[in-house]
Amino acid sequence: MYRYDEFDETIVRERIAEFRGQVARRLSGALTEDQFKPLRLMNGLYLQLHAYMLRVAIPYGTLSSRQMRRLAHIARKYDKGYGHMTTRQNIQFNWPALVDVPDILEELADVEMHAIQTSGNCIRNVTSDQYAGAAADEIEDPRPWCEIIRQWSTLHPEFSYLPRKFKIAVTASAHDRAAVRVHDIGLRLHRNAEGKTGFEVIVGGGLGRTPMIGRTIREFLPKEHLLSYLEAIMRVYNLHGRRDNIYKARIKILVHSEGAESFRRAVEDEWSGSDKAAVDPPREEIERIRRYFAPPPFEKLEPESAAFDKARAADAEFARWARVNAAPHKVPGYVIANISLKTPGAPPGDISAAQMEAVADLAERYSFDELRVTHEQNLCLPHVKKDDLYDVYRALKAAGLGAANIGLASDIVACPGLDYCDLANARSIPIAQRLAERFAFSGEEDDIGDLRIKISGCINACGHHHVGHIGVLGVDKKGEEFYQVTLGGSPGEDAALGEIVGRGLSADEVVDAVGRLVDFYKDHRREGERFLDAYRRIGLERFKEALYGDAEIH
Amino acid sequence: MKAVTGNLLSNGRVVYLAADDHWTERLEDAMLLDDADAEPVLAAAKSRIREIANAYLIDAENGAATGQKALRETIRASGPSVRKDLGKQAEPRS
Repeated sequence: MYRYDEFDETIVRERIAEFRGQVARRLSGALTEDQFKPLRLMNGLYLQLHAYMLRVAIPYGTLSSRQMRRLAHIARKYDKGYGHMTTRQNIQFNWPALVDVPDILEELADVEMHAIQTSGNCIRNVTSDQYAGAAADEIEDPRPWCEIIRQWSTLHPEFSYLPRKFKIAVTASAHDRAAVRVHDIGLRLHRNAEGKTGFEVIVGGGLGRTPMIGRTIREFLPKEHLLSYLEAIMRVYNLHGRRDNIYKARIKILVHSEGAESFRRAVEDEWSGSDKAAVDPPREEIERIRRYFAPPPFEKLEPESAAFDKARAADAEFARWARVNAAPHKVPGYVIANISLKTPGAPPGDISAAQMEAVADLAERYSFDELRVTHEQNLCLPHVKKDDLYDVYRALKAAGLGAANIGLASDIVACPGLDYCDLANARSIPIAQRLAERFAFSGEEDDIGDLRIKISGCINACGHHHVGHIGVLGVDKKGEEFYQVTLGGSPGEDAALGEIVGRGLSADEVVDAVGRLVDFYKDHRREGERFLDAYRRIGLERFKEALYGDAEIH
Repeated sequence: MKAVTGNLLSNGRVVYLAADDHWTERLEDAMLLDDADAEPVLAAAKSRIREIANAYLIDAENGAATGQKALRETIRASGPSVRKDLGKQAEPRS
């Protein structure tokens, strides 16, 4: 993992000292709330329904056990004993007091963490494939590039007052687990015809109130020019992006109004005239960063494990968990162990302090001290020996983290919604809970197979409903919660935006209505066909009939 | 009727303006104002910048939130509907 150098340490400590002063001035009345709000947001501090909310950055979703234990400590000492993993691989604490936040930030800095660039109109915390460095299908570890972007973008003076927030995601696998086509910039490392690796550069994707799939403006960018090319994109956006209308200020609006080709030309012109050597890191610096992400000392193991096979044969629950939650690793004898934070009936993404500590212990003991946060609000242990997987499973189960549902119907992504969020129009979590319980407890999940349900409590789409196979959007109709269903979305390499099926359903109706969609799929699928593929084949109209069934249409 | 609500500056807790001009944590103790009288009271509340992070008016009657934002304000007054162990709903009246 990356370790802070003296520059990182200094930046973070100075920023805390500055914020401590700003908090003191706010408390004294020297600053008004209007003056203070942008300052606190630059430090990840929001004001939500019940209290302040502190969003802590977890760069590219990677955590050490020491960092996870510190998050647990903060949850206990300063919050209400839990945290919430977000759809951007960050963690949110829902109840901190303003007066404690500078101390919380100091405690985070002690373990090389911070809350910078988790809010505001800047380049946000970079996200990546949670399987980075472990995935069987990756061509190289994308995290050194994420770290290079992080260092370049951190408090970048030119890009601290962009027209709007800016999100970058990086993947290096054919199977896109980082949703690169729905980010402001998506970067996909791939190999060209000459066998060289470089980036496909995708710009102008995004969700929110105007969802769009990003457009590829460069098929192949030599890796060493990543930063100068990103700088060129940012400069074109910073100059031409709209600042007169907050809803039209994201880069996706610029790319789609100008046209991808026109935008590409502007970027290429900017780039061709730029002083690349002033921005692109020298080869030795790239190598220095890369060394932080050197593979851990994997053992030479047989691909199959007798202990694993024996445990699977003896414990059917474990066999199911391993089948559903474990993913292939690039090193023989190892697997990636996904930890579901979607225990049916519990709020998606929430994790207690005790569970954080249990996971930290497992990471330290079984996964080279590493764990990851996924953008689907789960965790994973990236490097677990198959020999150890049964021990890991039993420890997870004992900690209440034994749900076997990764990628299944009860693995529902949901934003905090109106239970916590100041922007929400409707609750998300109760719908997620009821759907998860329905599918998990009926025992039909395995039969349903790969199904991504994503729920947002407002049009800002933090629950990524646009890219759910089934998306649910909460809306407010004259003070009552209604839910609009979208179908056919996907965040992956086959990225697509869901189509709105029709009028909204009441909170009482929506769970049964989604159940009818799934029943319709089960009745009409072909052998081995996923929900998404069945939808794409059969089309909206017939699924629409199933959705509404005999539900009242409002 | 209207009530003035906000979040305490120092810790973010949800509060309401009570009749004695103090902030109360209980919506049922909030001072209810006729619509016509509410704006000046809100303006005065907003000026207390060392106490309150934000302040705004809500519709309320008989100790409960009403109107189009009733659900939101009921959740603020009680706590998350999905975590009955958190927020004011979990705290006994002192």
